[in-house]
Amino acid sequence: MTRIHDMGGRFGDGPVVPDAPDAPVFATDWHAQALAVTLACGALGQWNIDISRHARERLSPQDYTGFSYYEIWISALTGLLVERGVLTLDDLRGQGDDRSHPLASRMLKADAVTAMLAKGGPADRESEIAPKFSPGQAVRCRHPGDSCLVDGGHTRLPAYAAGACGYVLRLHGTHVLPDSNAHDLGEAPEPLYAVRFAASELWANPENADDQVIIDLWQSYLEPL
Amino acid sequence: MPHDHHDHPHALLPPEPALRVKALETILTRKGLIDPRTLDQIIDTYQNKIGPKNGAQVVARAWSDPGFRDALMQDATAVVADLGYFGRQGEHMVAVENTPDLHNMVVCTLCSCYPWPLLGIPPAWYKSDAYRARVVREPRAVLADFGVALPKETAVRVWDSTAEMRYLVIPMRPEGSEGLSVDELAALVSRDSMIGTGLAKVAK
Repeated sequence: MTRIHDMGGRFGDGPVVPDAPDAPVFATDWHAQALAVTLACGALGQWNIDISRHARERLSPQDYTGFSYYEIWISALTGLLVERGVLTLDDLRGQGDDRSHPLASRMLKADAVTAMLAKGGPADRESEIAPKFSPGQAVRCRHPGDSCLVDGGHTRLPAYAAGACGYVLRLHGTHVLPDSNAHDLGEAPEPLYAVRFAASELWANPENADDQVIIDLWQSYLEPL
Repeated sequence: MPHDHHDHPHALLPPEPALRVKALETILTRKGLIDPRTLDQIIDTYQNKIGPKNGAQVVARAWSDPGFRDALMQDATAVVADLGYFGRQGEHMVAVENTPDLHNMVVCTLCSCYPWPLLGIPPAWYKSDAYRARVVREPRAVLADFGVALPKETAVRVWDSTAEMRYLVIPMRPEGSEGLSVDELAALVSRDSMIGTGLAKVAK
């Protein structure tokens, strides 16, 4: 079954509204604050990027749809902080204490920001899983496209590609598997491919027969044809 | 009651988003978990230091220097790292080149993945439901929303950034730009042209 964030191909959304050429990076101050608080909390080291994406995706469909972009971020962050034991519900109610926190020693300092952002968080890892597919090979995405590891869990196989046939375009190397990493089940690195799909394989009425969609897909999402 | 607070801790904070952020920031600051000066530093970085000017430099050099272009197409991560453009949300870069036969566009249908070190923080439209939902299915209709019309014989290739790979579109070099310097060329490279929803500007 699809989840609310997985909207590729959906009908009914209106036009895309381009921004003005001189539009500010952050439309309002609180957008900037929401991004900065999220990054600073990430530096406490209590979760990884897949856990944080999953936290946003499992907001209730009603909230995910009704919230603006940075409301999704800040609301998911609040949930994560409680879930990972960083804050308590009493803290959120304004009934917590202000004693020094065990994680305070990990607080990101202003003079460490540039280095932290420049370092990033590469997702490629050594893996014992050998590539099963090579460029040009025909493959099919698993169907149903749900997470194989956790019912209703995180996966990066978009629903619109479940069951679709395509061709391997390139091997990116071996990368952390989000389906596992988002649920504290380990990084489980495996081969990652760019796979090319004809628009006519994905959509009943493609705009043009020659159009294509390329999707980055892990080996365990794919089967040989 | 609309929310169970145990399932939705955010419902314990004020609903108005600016107040919600402020409330969380206050709690975290009091506990010594975040520092307002750190937040200012992060915001300053993405407001003033890291943005599409970085990507435009890469494109302009690819247009000007065939050796640079070949290296970029071979291993974009290493090439942009040499220019100091490695970092968060740009750890694994791939450059994709537009030609008369093929026009590339980039999206993240599942969230909002975007090459931060080269293009900065994504614009609101890139993160919008409409773009995420529509561009994989009807890229030409989305291009029309940006005032861009492609020849029918140009195929569209949409890259859905579902992993940690980040894509930079190298737009076609505009006619009449012969003899321009790298900096003059970079001024022709709009942010949208590096996402694929725009074309490079015409040289004056």
